[in-house]
Amino acid sequence: MAKIAIDRELDTKGLLCPLPVVKSKLAIEEMDSGQVLRIEATDKASPGDFVAWCKETGNELLESGHEGDVFVFVIQKG
Amino acid sequence: MAEEKKKKRVAIIASKGSLDMAYPPLIVATSAAAMGWEVGIFFTFFGLDIINKKKFRNLKVAPVGNPAMPVSVPNIIGIIPGMTAVATWMMRRMVRKQNMPTIPELLDMTRKLGGVRLFGCSTTMGLMGVPDEDLLEGTECAGAAGFLDFASEAQVTLFI
Repeated sequence: MAKIAIDRELDTKGLLCPLPVVKSKLAIEEMDSGQVLRIEATDKASPGDFVAWCKETGNELLESGHEGDVFVFVIQKG
Repeated sequence: MAEEKKKKRVAIIASKGSLDMAYPPLIVATSAAAMGWEVGIFFTFFGLDIINKKKFRNLKVAPVGNPAMPVSVPNIIGIIPGMTAVATWMMRRMVRKQNMPTIPELLDMTRKLGGVRLFGCSTTMGLMGVPDEDLLEGTECAGAAGFLDFASEAQVTLFI
């Protein structure tokens, strides 16, 4: 699969709920529609939280996975 | 332009003014605001301290009657002068260690995210003699009827 071009990266490692979604919201507000944000998180609830967050905000969760202990989300701004 | 989808709404009553009980309403509020929801928090009785300029930086945790302290504190020890300060210090240290925001930081986030209305209960202000100028900037004084009107349009209502 072709690698998705990332426009912005956000590191939320070590931060607990609600900070990963709050910081993602503040970051994506500064981006243009269609641009892609890559987020790293360690909060255990973040896989579920980012599914919910994308559903509610109209942004698209392109990828949800993990690299070792770190959850990685790739989200395209809607 | 397409008609904008009606935003979801959460209405929260924050009735407790201890440090531990100030977190849940603000965590739910900031999460909801991050999802683009409309949020209203009605700060009533001791919960009013969370938006009181003179108190919001110094909320405390009481060890008495709190069996869930990280280190178990028997009530008989909890009543010793200074134990509330110790419990509060422990919680602040825990918050810092885990990179959790402080209460003033969470309040600041509600402003940055937008869409969060902070209502001070008018009855509590009267009962406890809290003048308008003691409430944080951007808060609104409201009665139960006004808050119920806001909450009647909410999909989620919480009492904390």
